[in-house]
Amino acid sequence: MPQSIIPFGPQHPVLPEPIHLKLTFEDEVVTEVQPALGFVHRGLEKMVGIRDFQQIQQVVERVCGICSMIHGMCYAQGMEKLMGVEVPPRSRFLRVVWSELHRIQSHLLWLGLFADSLGFESLFMECWKIREKILEVNQATTGNRVIISVNVIGGVRRDLSPGQIDWILRTIQELEQEFKAVQSVFLEDYTIRKRTIGKGILTREQAYSLGAVGPTLRGSGVALDARKLGYAAFNELDLEPVVESDGDCFARLKVRLREVLQSVDLIRQALSRLPSGEVQVKVKGFPSGEVFFRVEQPRGELFYYIKAGGGKHLDRLRIRTPTFANLPALLTILPGMWLSDVPAVVLSIDPCISCTER
Amino acid sequence: MSDEMIPSAIEQLIPETIRLKNEGYRFVTLTCSVLPEEGWQIIYTFDRDYEMVHLSLNIPRGQEVPSLSPVYWAAFLVENEIQDLFGLRFQALTIDYQRTLYLEDQTQEPPFGRQPGKGD
Repeated sequence: MPQSIIPFGPQHPVLPEPIHLKLTFEDEVVTEVQPALGFVHRGLEKMVGIRDFQQIQQVVERVCGICSMIHGMCYAQGMEKLMGVEVPPRSRFLRVVWSELHRIQSHLLWLGLFADSLGFESLFMECWKIREKILEVNQATTGNRVIISVNVIGGVRRDLSPGQIDWILRTIQELEQEFKAVQSVFLEDYTIRKRTIGKGILTREQAYSLGAVGPTLRGSGVALDARKLGYAAFNELDLEPVVESDGDCFARLKVRLREVLQSVDLIRQALSRLPSGEVQVKVKGFPSGEVFFRVEQPRGELFYYIKAGGGKHLDRLRIRTPTFANLPALLTILPGMWLSDVPAVVLSIDPCISCTER
Repeated sequence: MSDEMIPSAIEQLIPETIRLKNEGYRFVTLTCSVLPEEGWQIIYTFDRDYEMVHLSLNIPRGQEVPSLSPVYWAAFLVENEIQDLFGLRFQALTIDYQRTLYLEDQTQEPPFGRQPGKGD
């Protein structure tokens, strides 16, 4: 049968950021996929030669425009481990609050984009309307809507007042109610089910051996969540990874839906156990040695390697983002798909090209 | 987080990787750094049950490295990234972009080929 090649991206209605997939088809079925990256690569890892280790905190927060707080937390905690800094307990719980707020807004952003990719405009707008509640909390508590820059080596820059804590609890209560209404649409709508169930199946063995992470991995039945490592204050909270076993687009969707509610629960737990006291300690000296640190981003495990030689500049900063880890899985599940299913399957890994092209 | 760093050699790399895969380790990533004494260090990171293991390999300039991609296929992407950014070469890479994953064809010098901060 004759083959045809169709370019998917770098500009495509379902792609908020540029990635190119060279799709080879027989009839309308994908037989081969080859990705092309590098359209917006920024070389941020090389900034360690120009900015000092304190300034790199602001650089890593700009690796991703959606989960910037979690990048900042990973770097700050890695540096604290390297420098032997003990942060105040209150800052560890505040990190949980802001990082779970980030997870909620990231998942709601994706849910909206996913609904949009299926042509469900009103659901897209509803998800983003709910997301606004989180962005308003971010703005009120940190001064920014997404790049909130709360992390610092030694703790967090901001504290929450009792009034703000009450307001956050009321807001997530409202969000939970509105989200449950939206969740039922995602789970029960005929078109969504038809276009996601059985599509883009990644088996448990494939997901694990391909190094997939996050909801892409957990949607295939593997219970791995870097929050179980116990960073920030997650070691003091009740948390079990959200797992679905079918491995298809619908399973990945269900993982993210359940994780929104899990994040609401974690915020409640963290705020109810919030210790009193300082939120930051002063850090003196320069880092020396090397450290690996991992946290759980909305898209999965984020890996940082930091190497320092005792000066103000780091010797090496290496960032392995979750989308980079999930691309091999995407390339594995696309062959055999119909052309019409490709956009939803691509979006089902929640690709973040900003992270990938750090 | 307890991490184990194991020094490795080029001829031991693939057998050790196969051993880790057989023991149920998941591929995490490769980390390449420029060594002060003309060469590179690659740290191969794997994970099992939230415990990471790292194989550390020092590579003299001009030496090629066996690709991990025949063992862990997912490694092809980061190995292509390292080829682009650092200029070292991997043997038997399952998908080889020939240093065009990120870079344009005409790019001569790898961005991390020079020490950071010098002339940037």
